[in-house]
Amino acid sequence: MRRLLRGWRPLLVIVVLLGIWEVYVDAGGADPLVLPPPHAVAKALFVDRSLLWSNFTVTAEEVLLGILVAAVGALAVSIAIHFSPTLRKAIYPLLVGSQAVPVPVFAFVLVLWLGFGLAPKLIVVAIVSFFPIVVTTLAGLAAVDPDLVKLMQTFDSPRLRTFRHVEFPSALPGVVTGAKIAVAVSVIGAVFAELAGSNSGLGYLYQQSENQLLMPRAYATVLILSVFAILLFSLLTLAERLALPWAYQPPRESSP
Amino acid sequence: MSLQAQPGQVVAVVGPSGCGKTTLLELICGLQRPDAGTVSTPGAALMPQRDLLLPWASALDNASLALRARGVARDEARRQAHPWLERFGLEGFERARPAELSGGMRQRVSFLRTLLAGKPVLALDEPFASLDAITRHEMHGWLAHVLTSEPRTVVLVTHDVEEAVVLADRVVVMSPRPGRAVAELKVDLPRPRKATDLAVVELRERAFRALGVER
Repeated sequence: MRRLLRGWRPLLVIVVLLGIWEVYVDAGGADPLVLPPPHAVAKALFVDRSLLWSNFTVTAEEVLLGILVAAVGALAVSIAIHFSPTLRKAIYPLLVGSQAVPVPVFAFVLVLWLGFGLAPKLIVVAIVSFFPIVVTTLAGLAAVDPDLVKLMQTFDSPRLRTFRHVEFPSALPGVVTGAKIAVAVSVIGAVFAELAGSNSGLGYLYQQSENQLLMPRAYATVLILSVFAILLFSLLTLAERLALPWAYQPPRESSP
Repeated sequence: MSLQAQPGQVVAVVGPSGCGKTTLLELICGLQRPDAGTVSTPGAALMPQRDLLLPWASALDNASLALRARGVARDEARRQAHPWLERFGLEGFERARPAELSGGMRQRVSFLRTLLAGKPVLALDEPFASLDAITRHEMHGWLAHVLTSEPRTVVLVTHDVEEAVVLADRVVVMSPRPGRAVAELKVDLPRPRKATDLAVVELRERAFRALGVER
C-alpha cells in the first residue's frame, strides 16, 4: 500500500502531461490526424480492444518466447565461457559484435529467409536480448569470491560440485538483471521484426493503422507496447524478490 | 619455517600482517605447492577469515556445505548437521539466512561447516578478526569449550597474541618479511584460561617480546 502511494508522483506527472497534450491539440496546436488527442487514443483503446488484444497476444508470444530462448542460451553460453578461457576468447568478441548488428536491416533479411511466421521474430528478439543477459550472467559468475572457491577445494569439492553449490546460485541474480534490461529492447526488437514483414502483431497493426491514417489506434498500439514492457519489468522484479530474496537483503552487521 | 603439530594439539601462529601466515595455511590445506621443502598433513579444512557463508542458504545448509561438497545428499547432510547446530547454540536459527545472524553466530556456522568437512586438521585463518572485541572474547571461550569436547588438530593463524595464548597448546611467533619462526612458546596451562590469568599475561608478554614489541 505504501508503495502504491509512493507511485502518485509519477502518476501526477503523467496526468499533467496528458492534460497539456489534450489542451494543445484541442486548441488547434497540431492536426489531430498527426497528433491525436489523448481522449481519441483512449477511445481507440476501447473501440478496437478485441483487435488490439488479438494482435497483442501475437507480440507478447514473440517477446516472451524470445526472452526465454535468449535466457536459456545466454545461461548456457555464459557457463561455457566461464569454464573455458579459450571459449571466452573465441566467443566474447563475437557477442559484442552481435550488438552492432543493425536489427531493422537484419530483421528484413530474416523475414526474406524464414517467412512471415514466428521464427524470424523469435530470432530478432533473442539476438537483442541475448547480449545483456550474457554480460550480467558472466559478471555474476565472475563475482564469486575466489576464497569461497578455495574453501570448497579444501572440502575436496570437485569442480562441478563447487559450480553447482556456489557459483551457479550466485549467478542467478545476474540472469534476472539481464532479463530486466532485455525486456525493453526485446519489445523494440519484436516490433522491428514485425515491421520487416508479418500479418499480425502490434507492430504490424501500428503500420496498418498509420497507413490508413488511423492515428489514435496507432498510438494505442504504442501505448500497449510500452505498458507491456513496464509490466514485464515489474513482474521480473517481483519474481526476483520472491525467488532470490537474499540478493536484496543487505548484510545486517558487516557494513563496510 | 618448520612447524609440527601433534594430533589433537592446538598450534597458534602469531605474527604481523604480511609475514605469510595465510600462505602457511594455504600450504597446509594444499591450496598452494611449496617452492621448497615439504608439507605433510593428513588433510586439512580451512576456516576463512571472513565467514564466506552462502547468502542464499540457511544456517543449516551453510553448515552442511562441506558434506554436500563430498557428495552427501541434501536431506542426509541436513540430518547430520542438525544436532551440531544445537550444540553450537544455534537452535532455532536453522532456517535463518546469514544476513539474519549476528557476527558471532555466522562465525560459529562457518566453524561448524569446516568441522563437518571431517578433516583431521582444522586450519583457522584469523577466525575472529572481523568480530567486535566483546563477541571475540565470547568466541574464545566458546571455541576453547568446543575443542575440549571435540578435540582436533588445529592450526590457528592470528595476529591477536592474547587469542593465541588463551586457545593454543603451543604458540609459534613469526617475524615480519621474510616470515620466519622466531620463537616457540609452550602454553602448559589448564583450560579454561582467562586472559587475565597471571600465567597467561606472562606468556603474552613473552610473545610480544619475541615479536619485538616494546610494552
